[in-house]
Amino acid sequence: MKIVVLIKQTPDTESVIRIAEDGKSIVTDGLKWIINPYDEFALEAALRLKEKDGGTLSVLSLGPQRVVNSMITALAMGADDATIIDDPALDGADALGTATILSAAIEKIGPDIVLCGSRAIDCDQAQTGAMVAEILGWPHLPVAVAIEADQRRVTIERRIEGGTMSLRATLPALVTVGGSHSVWNPRYASLPGIIKAKKKPLAVRRLSDLGLDPAKFGLAGAKISVASLEKPPQRSAGRIVEGGDAREKARELARALHEDSGAF
Amino acid sequence: MILNEGKPVAKSVCVIAEFQRGGFRSSTFEVASEGRKIADGLGCELCAIALGAGVAERAPELGRFGVDRVFVTDEPFLEHYLAEVYVPVIADVLGRIEPAAILLPASADGKDLGASLAGRLREGLAQDCTEIVCDASGLKARRPVFGGGCDAWCKWAPGAIPIITCRPNTMDCSGPDMHRSAETIRIGVEKPRPRSEVLSVQLEGSGGVELTEASIIVSGGRGMQGAENFAMLEELAGELGAAVGASRAAVEANWRPYADQVGQTGKIVSPALYIAVGISGSIQHFAGMGSSKCIVAVNNNPEAPILGKADYAVLEDLFEFIPLLTEEVRKIRSGIA
Repeated sequence: MKIVVLIKQTPDTESVIRIAEDGKSIVTDGLKWIINPYDEFALEAALRLKEKDGGTLSVLSLGPQRVVNSMITALAMGADDATIIDDPALDGADALGTATILSAAIEKIGPDIVLCGSRAIDCDQAQTGAMVAEILGWPHLPVAVAIEADQRRVTIERRIEGGTMSLRATLPALVTVGGSHSVWNPRYASLPGIIKAKKKPLAVRRLSDLGLDPAKFGLAGAKISVASLEKPPQRSAGRIVEGGDAREKARELARALHEDSGAF
Repeated sequence: MILNEGKPVAKSVCVIAEFQRGGFRSSTFEVASEGRKIADGLGCELCAIALGAGVAERAPELGRFGVDRVFVTDEPFLEHYLAEVYVPVIADVLGRIEPAAILLPASADGKDLGASLAGRLREGLAQDCTEIVCDASGLKARRPVFGGGCDAWCKWAPGAIPIITCRPNTMDCSGPDMHRSAETIRIGVEKPRPRSEVLSVQLEGSGGVELTEASIIVSGGRGMQGAENFAMLEELAGELGAAVGASRAAVEANWRPYADQVGQTGKIVSPALYIAVGISGSIQHFAGMGSSKCIVAVNNNPEAPILGKADYAVLEDLFEFIPLLTEEVRKIRSGIA
């Protein structure tokens, strides 16, 4: 089976986000960059599919030079080859633009199955995977917490409000991966893995290599863009519930929630 | 009329309703109310698209929340959401009504449907928005990004159709006007032959209050010390009509299922009241509940960051405090206090 995993590089979850002077982007100096955790879950799921049935696993990403580090991590975890699309024309691309570029790159590889995170923890647009499937004209199965596949079909389990759902698609298909660290427990890159990674193919491509017109991408081609970023309304510290003992505090809290806040 | 003549009417704002197990989700009513405000701002009508099994007889209810017309497709094979089946039907109706904007609930299905539709229509989607404004330059939508560290205001290019999913509980829902009802227009479709299918659906337990739509949530963290101690949170939740959530620490300790996890890698919730019990309040946890209207923190550690951000901070031992709080709530509920 030929598998492609889409990877986005994001700031680490512990990052302190500062708004840049332009008011619509963030200060990237000093940020630590990681593989988006949901894409890491997708990579772990893909590695397990490959271990079971064999085949090849390619990782694909869009972004600047710093993305190389994340792709080396993916190769060290067990991916076979990596492709990065790095082009100045990507600046300001929206999710649809990104999905269009990824779809063109996927068509060049011709996989049976594409896996990616259901969302990325930075911009949390939660749409790239579904858009890629629409552009390719493939079925997609969303937010998987368990995946099984054979040469013809993929079956997933998905959590829905109030239960779980089992879905199946005929290949080729795209699966977005949800869950958490405790669901997927993604492997670490081993030391031998890191040494091997340096010998694995890592290609950097431009839009023209994919037969795409750079003028149609980036901010100029975007349907949606960020007008501004702002700090969310700050929560100021409220009041400390006072009382001589726990019972008095409980009584006062219940009263305040009922009478002052109308919360119940 | 429009459909017979085959030409689109003046633009309208369009809401995609979510119908499950015999009824519309409450988040659909919020989206309809928000859609009404936008339609009034733009001076156009509000229509809705409702798909489901058995949805036809309930469709006029959407009128109570401001919908003028509902396009209804009622078929047994629409019982469960599946992108491959839903998207072509909805895209076909949208093609007939020339939408000025498309609104959906940011539920699990709504977010996936929004993304698939945006891909199909090649339009721009803003997910999980908490506010929409409509001014001379068009629509703008606010959405939390970077784990709640910032809010982004999104805008659309001229001529683009904004597609927006709305985070449940964040937009004011005007009360239903029981005298209004929406005109329904049935849309027939042929049974599709998709390459994907729903194999099975297992619903869990009592079908308690769904976390993302609950107006009150009682959540437990590492301080709960064990799965068995969540019984006291369930008791408090029972008195309040609340759902029970958990921090990542409590889920990773296997005290609670992942479905209950609130936070950056769990569910994002905005209840009217969030009671955090034994939760220190990491950045990641705040990313999941920071937009709650009222936050109560119960913690015995004066250094816990959540105490500084809560509307009501209680510095107490939770094992002593929670049963007392349950008792006080019960008194108020029963009119004794």
